Order: sequence, then C-alpha cells, then structure tokens
Amino acid sequence: MTQPNIAELEKVASQVRRDILRMVHAVNSGHPGASLGCTEFFTALYFHVLNKKLPFDMDGQGEDLFFLSNGHISPVWYSVLARSGYFEVSELATFRKLDSRLQGHPATEEGLPGIRIASGSLGQGLSVACGAAQAKKLNGDSSLVYTLMGDGELQEGQVWEAAMYAPHHGIDNLIANVDFNGQQIDGPTEKVMSLLDLKAKWQSFGWEVIESNGNDMKGLIDSLTLAKSLTGKGKPVMNLMRTDMGFGVDFMVGTHKWHGVAPNDEQLADALSQLEETLGDY
Amino acid sequence: MTKLTYTEKSDTRSGFGDGLLELGRTNPNVVGLCADLIGSLKMGAFQKEFPERFYQVGIAEANMMGLAAGMTIGGKIPFTGTFANFSTGRVYDQIRQSIAYSEKNVKICASHAGLTLGEDGATHQILEDLGMMKMLPNMTVINPCDYNQTKAATIAIADHHGPVYLRFGRPKVPIFTPADQKFEIGKALKMIEGSDVTIFATGHLVWEAIEAEAELEAAGISAEVINIHTIKPLDVEAILESVSKTGCVVTAEEHQMNGGLGDSVAQVLALNQPAPLEMVAVNDSFGESGTPAQLMTKYGIDAKNIIAAAKRVIDRK
Repeated sequence: MTQPNIAELEKVASQVRRDILRMVHAVNSGHPGASLGCTEFFTALYFHVLNKKLPFDMDGQGEDLFFLSNGHISPVWYSVLARSGYFEVSELATFRKLDSRLQGHPATEEGLPGIRIASGSLGQGLSVACGAAQAKKLNGDSSLVYTLMGDGELQEGQVWEAAMYAPHHGIDNLIANVDFNGQQIDGPTEKVMSLLDLKAKWQSFGWEVIESNGNDMKGLIDSLTLAKSLTGKGKPVMNLMRTDMGFGVDFMVGTHKWHGVAPNDEQLADALSQLEETLGDY
Repeated sequence: MTKLTYTEKSDTRSGFGDGLLELGRTNPNVVGLCADLIGSLKMGAFQKEFPERFYQVGIAEANMMGLAAGMTIGGKIPFTGTFANFSTGRVYDQIRQSIAYSEKNVKICASHAGLTLGEDGATHQILEDLGMMKMLPNMTVINPCDYNQTKAATIAIADHHGPVYLRFGRPKVPIFTPADQKFEIGKALKMIEGSDVTIFATGHLVWEAIEAEAELEAAGISAEVINIHTIKPLDVEAILESVSKTGCVVTAEEHQMNGGLGDSVAQVLALNQPAPLEMVAVNDSFGESGTPAQLMTKYGIDAKNIIAAAKRVIDRK
C-alpha cells in the first residue's frame, strides 16, 4: 500500500456522511447510525486498502473482495461504492425507491456493481467470505477477502460455525472486521445479550485478533495495515473495531436510537451543517 | 414400449456419489462440501480422489450453505451434501438469501429424503422439502427415480448455471432406467404409454407407479406413467398433452400432499385444463420408525394406493 493521504480520506468521509444522511432522509427510512459509525472503515477500505479492479466483475479474480454481512448499513456502502467509481453518484438518489438497484439491503438481482451477495438476514457473511477465500486459494489467487459484521450480529449462531471453520481449514487470506459499537436495536448489547470478552472468544476459536479505533482514520489504516501483515500465516485475522454509532453528528452519536430512523428536515439541516460538502452532493 | 424390468437394485445416493466422482474427473471447478455425513452421502470416493477440492464442514449446515455460496465467486461449482432435512428446513434462510436470491451456482444435494429413510423416524424423514424448495425463485428442484437417473442428474446439474436442489434417498431400489441416459432438466419422461389415466410420479414412487400399471393393465385399465424427475421447472406441456388424452390424473410422491408434486400438477390442471385428480402422498402427517416398505404402506404411498387412486379417479371422469 502507498502512504495514505489522511486529509483527503477525511474529506471523502465527510462527503460520505452527507450522502448517508441525505439518502435516508429522502425516503424517510434506512439505517444511519452504524452507517455513520463505519464511514471511516468503508472510506479507508475502498480508497486505500482494497486492491480492487474496475469495471466490476462478479468473480473478482486477482482482486481483493469485500462482503458486508450486516447489510442494513447499505447507505455507507452505496455511497462509498459510488464515490470510488463503481456507479454514478447520481444513482444514490434512487436508494430504496421502486425499480432501484440500491435496494434497502444489498442485493445482486438488480446487478448493482460492487455487490456479490445479498445480505440483510444477519449472520451469513462470514461463511460466504470463508468460501470466497477458499475459492481464491483453489484458484492460486493471492489477493485477500474482507468482511464486516455488526457486534449484535455475533449473537447469530452461524457466525460461530464459521468462526470454528476458518482456523480449522487454515483460511489465512481473510480479514474479518466487527463493528464493535456496543449497540443494537433494543439497546446496548450488554443489556440485550452480553458479548463479554470478544477478544478472548475469537482468540480461543483460533483467530489472530487485533483491536482498533474505527473512527480514527489514521489509526484505523495502521490497524488494517497490521491486519494485512498478519495474513498468510495459517490463521484468519479478526479486527475488533471500536466505533461510535452515529459518529460525526453530535445529536446522533453513541446511541442506538438512530439505528434505523431517518432524520426529519430540521435534523438533516442540523446534521449537514456539521459535515463539510467536500466532493459535491449528488 | 418395451416392458420395464430390472435385474439389480441400488440406492439413489450411490448414483449421486458415483456421478460426483465422474464430475470430479471431468470438471475441475466442481468442489464437494459435506457436513459430517461422507459415508451416508457416498462422497468418500470423491474425497479420496480430490482431497484438495473436498471440504469437511462438520455439523454446521448453515455455514456450509454460506461457504458454498462464497465458493461460486471465483467460478467454483459447489455440491453440498447432507440429509434432506438438514439441506432444507434447517438452512432455509441461508439458501433463500445467500443462494437463491443471490443467484449462486450451488448444487444442494440431499439424501435420505422422505419416509424411506426408515428406522431413524420422523425427525429425519423430511416430507416438506420439495415444497420449501420449489417456492424459492431461481431454484431448480430435481427428484430422480433410480441409481442411473440420479447419477445422470448429478452430472447434468453441473452444466446448469444456477441453484439446484437434488433430492435422493437411502434404500436400495430397482434400477430400471438406462445407464447411458442423458438427463434433461425439466423434461418429463414417458415411461409407459396408456389411455385411461395418467400417473405422474416422482422419485421412488416412479417404480411403484410402474408396478401399479402392470396390475391395472391386468384389470383392463390402460395407465400412462410419466416420470416427473424435475419438479421445477415443471414440464407443463407434457402434463397437458397426456391429460388431453387420458382425461384424469393420479400424482404419486414421497412427500406431503401440501406443497408437493400433486399441488404443482393441480395448479397446472386448474389453470389450463381442469381434470379429476387424485394425490398419492402423505396426508398432513409426520412419519415414524419402521422399514421403508412398512412405512410406505402405512402412510398410503405404495403401488396399492396408486392402483386404488387410479380406479377412483377414472370413476370421477
């Protein structure tokens, strides 16, 4: 990887946050909370970390792959895909509308470039990522597979089936990431269903575990660089990424209340006033 | 038509295992996954010859479906192997989202389907799988009748791009279709020509229908027997063509009456060409422990039931 230009990446992130808020506001639905919380991650991934090829090709041979498991944070993904050249930025205006390729939760059926699997029903992405990583090995393809899960999503049993599988099969071309924001729909994860010591859990399953701050662009890129350096050593890599839900908007940050609620006109204006329009609104 | 007979019996799951082995030799993209049932699914020969393309998943079927979906990205053609109930109901959401909706080229291969699983009892005797799978958009559903047809179907589905559910079973049953057959997805096969009644049968019930036809013939009734090995897409043309001639229908399957082949045929008839229909299927009930033959008799899905249904439906014409 080349040296990251942190200031440029932060500019992108500011625009992505504007896109997220405007997309969910326009249809009065969608999931802004964790989309805002994961904006640095998606920006870092698509503008610096991933070795990606355009135009989009479903098979993705010879390039890094990314799978979003917690599909409800589609707004941040769609914005970053558009802003990094997968499709026209103007198409963001179709989010969640009839006949759109930008479905409420990511899907392949409409052929949106960048999406390789449907997600929304939680707990399935890690299995898919493991399979894609093994296909890469069979193909002699040395590029990597990334996936992102929510922390609440770790309550799904299938995640732990895949957690057990990956180290057993020596899947070491995989970097899994958890959006560790401590929130889910019904409240803080520790009240809804305790996650306890996630680091120890993943380590005991045989993963190489790192911890990062997902809302610090520089620190996050350093962590993802470290994660990359840990691949190819016989173990899958887990990045437990601390984030704040709603990061970047003062009245949304740190609460589950904005998980799946759109801002009204006033709230949107307030939020946008906190985020510089750096690349031009769609 | 020549009289259908058999000299040998085998299990349809062995047809799958042998078909998979052949595919391994001819198609380098075919990979096998199994959830701790290699012996039951007859996947051992493939595993032995192609260990680098075989994945032991452990008792984790949900993960297996996701893995298979992921492996298609990069061009692999995954064949998953486990019992039919763990291939469908247990993992329905994984199949729905990661495979069917995502249009992934996964072959879900399911053994020990239906009552003929036998002594293990109702927890394992799934009778709802065809219904669940045929409801999914993008899914092809195949239920072959004997060893040779299962082997041919296994080979054929590798060349079909898209998700497929392939259902087969445990017991040894007559081999009465040719070893050199070419399996055509969605193409119903006329096994016996007749004029008084059409019997549309699938899976293990095709042989029962053939036995029923012999007795019906002795009683002076001319029955046409058609093998519906592909439940979806259904060969509507073949169904309507036969019904135009015979004017009444019996369906026969090792499945619940709700959601099975009978439902599909009833829909075709009601929408196109209404005709009297009798369904030989399990009537809203779970199975139980017993031998396959005992269970087929008790739950009303053997040749005798087909004969009785044929006589009833002819009376309704």
